[in-house]
Amino acid sequence: MSARQIEKKQSNWRLYFVFIVMFSLLSVIAWKVMDLQVLNNEILQVQGDARTVRNDQIAAHRGNILDRNGQPLAISTPVQSLVLNPKEIIQHPEQWDQLAQALLTIDVNPDVLRNRIQENSSREFMFIKRRIPPAEAERVLRHGFNGIWAEEEYKRFYPLGEVAVHVVGMANSDEVGQEGIELAYDDWLEGTPGSKQVLKDRNGAIISEVRINQVAEPGNDLFLSIDSEIQFLAYKALKEEVTRRYAQAGTAVVLNVETGEILAMVSQPSFNPNNRSNLSLQLDGLKNRAIAESLEPGSTVKTFTVTAALESGLFNSESIIDTNPGYIRIDRSTIRDPVNYGESTLQRILSKSSQVGASKLALAMGQDPMLDILKRVGFGQSLGTGFPGESPGLLVDHSRWSDSEIATLAYGYGFQVSPLQLAQAYMIYANSGIYKPVSLLKVDETDEVPGVRVISAEIAASVTQMLEAVVTPGGGGTGTRAYIPTHRVAGKTGTAWYYDVQRGAYDDENYISLFAGFAPVSNPKIVTVVTIHEPQGEEYGGGQVAAPVFANITAGALRILNVPPDIIPKEAEELSLKNSVLRPSLAGISGGDQ
Amino acid sequence: MSSSAFIKQLSGDFNNLEKRQSIWEKLNLDLPLLFAVVVLTGFGLMVLYSATDGNQADMRRQGIFIALAFIVMFLVAQVDVRVMRRWAPLMYLGSLSLLVAVLFFGTTANGAQRWLDLPGLPRFQPSEIMKLVLPLTLAAYFSTRPIPPRFKHIFWSLVLMGLPAVLISMQPDLGTALLIAVSGVFVLLLAGISWKLVGSAIGVGVLSIPAMWIFYLKEYQQQRILTFLNPEKDPLGTGWNIIQSKTAIGSGGFYGKGWLNGVQSRLDFLPEGQTDFIVAILAEEFGLAGVLLLLTLYLAIIGRGLYIAAVSNDMFTRLLAGSITLTFFVYVFVNIGMVSGILPVVGVPLPLVSLGGTSIVTLMLGFGILMSIHSHGKTAFRYAN
Repeated sequence: MSARQIEKKQSNWRLYFVFIVMFSLLSVIAWKVMDLQVLNNEILQVQGDARTVRNDQIAAHRGNILDRNGQPLAISTPVQSLVLNPKEIIQHPEQWDQLAQALLTIDVNPDVLRNRIQENSSREFMFIKRRIPPAEAERVLRHGFNGIWAEEEYKRFYPLGEVAVHVVGMANSDEVGQEGIELAYDDWLEGTPGSKQVLKDRNGAIISEVRINQVAEPGNDLFLSIDSEIQFLAYKALKEEVTRRYAQAGTAVVLNVETGEILAMVSQPSFNPNNRSNLSLQLDGLKNRAIAESLEPGSTVKTFTVTAALESGLFNSESIIDTNPGYIRIDRSTIRDPVNYGESTLQRILSKSSQVGASKLALAMGQDPMLDILKRVGFGQSLGTGFPGESPGLLVDHSRWSDSEIATLAYGYGFQVSPLQLAQAYMIYANSGIYKPVSLLKVDETDEVPGVRVISAEIAASVTQMLEAVVTPGGGGTGTRAYIPTHRVAGKTGTAWYYDVQRGAYDDENYISLFAGFAPVSNPKIVTVVTIHEPQGEEYGGGQVAAPVFANITAGALRILNVPPDIIPKEAEELSLKNSVLRPSLAGISGGDQ
Repeated sequence: MSSSAFIKQLSGDFNNLEKRQSIWEKLNLDLPLLFAVVVLTGFGLMVLYSATDGNQADMRRQGIFIALAFIVMFLVAQVDVRVMRRWAPLMYLGSLSLLVAVLFFGTTANGAQRWLDLPGLPRFQPSEIMKLVLPLTLAAYFSTRPIPPRFKHIFWSLVLMGLPAVLISMQPDLGTALLIAVSGVFVLLLAGISWKLVGSAIGVGVLSIPAMWIFYLKEYQQQRILTFLNPEKDPLGTGWNIIQSKTAIGSGGFYGKGWLNGVQSRLDFLPEGQTDFIVAILAEEFGLAGVLLLLTLYLAIIGRGLYIAAVSNDMFTRLLAGSITLTFFVYVFVNIGMVSGILPVVGVPLPLVSLGGTSIVTLMLGFGILMSIHSHGKTAFRYAN
């Protein structure tokens, strides 16, 4: 073996060694890769997906709230929210000038936004402007800026605005019900959001949709008993009066006698749910007073006092009650009529609204028949509408009743009812003594609403007759301003002192002016209750303040409902037909914009 | 079994090659090496197509460079490399002066002055040329010196290595400087330097790490190493690349997500996906199977290169072939090691796969030399007998 060959052999041994080393090093890499890919890969595979595949929510359409005729009261419209990625925006300073221009077209201040971007510079998601119409979003999107995209959302819109806000309530910006029907029926209205898998790049922009995991289920529509036209009419009439009288508040309720459906329910003050920028200043306007506020019903209760008197058998329609000398001392207090009504029938007690007469009836019967009738007409009990904040009123049975306490029951103090409860109670007379529950939801027309007879038909008819006399012009009643020339009206005024909770005493300066009644008497269709709280000025009585509003609303509602007149003259009938052709339309009413 | 026979087996040697001249021999091409390189570049183009998202311009450029590189390889294979031994000193001095020139006239890109624009030539990195010239020079140097080398020869060879390494690290391009130094060290190693010396050199190297850290490494280089040691420390900054790349590899599984389906690496999550981190894309789309195929191809090239070194019969070609092969291995190892997270991030492209022309041409030039050594070495041997 030559030296050269030995040298070569030695050298080959090195090559062999080097190859082994290289082979092992590559094996280390292979092992490492195998470790990443096969042995230990579950975490990384999941991570890999987590970085790119995201589950995005598909917004679900919230159910519409509609009135009984299908007119929209609350609808969800698709809107877009403009989103930007601050990290990426910062990387593209060259597009800023153009972006600033585009932002001005959607009323976003570029300087303010720039500051926000700087504050959030480490984030990858920031809203520019939420819930704007798609066309507006397009003004920015069409430039194709880096790091700006839009997300689909829905926005709740209330076409009737402040007209129906107290009934419909409202949902927050995430479309979760907060007030009213929106809250009460949130589960029903709420859709089930779907989800989709999307592929996103590092900047969070969606590359493509991988698949739909779950289709978004739209919420259910809800038909309310409300009639938009009557609602608007009531709103307008009430607001005019409240404004004219500088009153603090007011309510109006219109019920469908056959079904107990609430055709209109309005409260003052109100607010526009489509513009919540100054909501905090309008907390007063949030309250649905017609259903959530309890008040002492005052003289409107005398209807039930007279009913109890007739039921007791102690009195009939011919009975004479002596109200001389226009006042009565009970215990240590004196109850006065404005003037001495002398010897009066039950009908006269109602139409003059005699405190002395009502007190004498109650004292003759005792507290039990009074409490009984008040309970039977539904006072102190829940209406069962499920409406948030519904007030059951307040009716307390004492163990011992003093005479003055019994007397106050008779003319409407010492217990509380909501305006809706009062309307429901008057609906019993409109239904010839049958109690029917009220409903905020539309009642199927084919369904006979079951009722419970709580007053005999005879007594109901006879009280109704007396109530009509309250309104009849020239009859000397307190409610003549509730008269409607086309339809016979039965009703009762009420003027109640305002019980000042803070002082713990009645405020003899401020009153609640009420009127409750129904029409047409020959075949009652609607019940209307109007309350006006603390009207200012000379006039404050129910007959002066609330009755005209009642007449206004009732006449309009009867016209809208096409109820034939029952006041005899033929020319009046023709007039009513004409009016029915000229039904006012709601087309021009807008709920207002933001 | 003799060592050369073992290597022959591993590298799939054809025993009859020496007996009759095939067409490939006439063309001075080495069939096993050519086959592995062709398959590898083809596979590389596929991966690159996915990595660049089908970018026409990138693909055309890469295709032209690959074609050019094959031509260069073919031409170099026709030349008897032993001729180059005489030219080695001149080539060395020429490359060295280019490296000096780049420090003064070079074009700056990404904060480093690495490129040279000479009139009439495409823009190029002189360091790429040095990658081949240094092994050539050292091989030439040791081929006329006694084996194993004496101490003074080792010293001078270290000087020959040190000059270009220092010049390149001044650009600064520490990665390439180290790789060039390493390719020189391989020549020393193959020249038969004693293992004691190798061991002590490694020892000195390890001990000097703290000093290097403090006095020599720039902050971004320190950062890279810290990130390597703990990528999760700064997952959105310097650790981003390595975490993303590991995630991409890991999400591939055994068979991968399929060609063009690599979500993780193609959706902009992985910076440098077409260049240094292309393995991540390959791993995600072709899975472990693809990675093993890639490694097998590289191993075939390396085995064949070492076989050529083993059967060549003069010291110059032997050292040259061994050094070229080892350097190639280092590129492969450093790149895949970096991407799979066992080495720190150094900007080394994946040989023959990553986007970028110069490195492919240089590599293929190296393979041309290997083929030349094999082909012309045999002829010389035959004529000698």
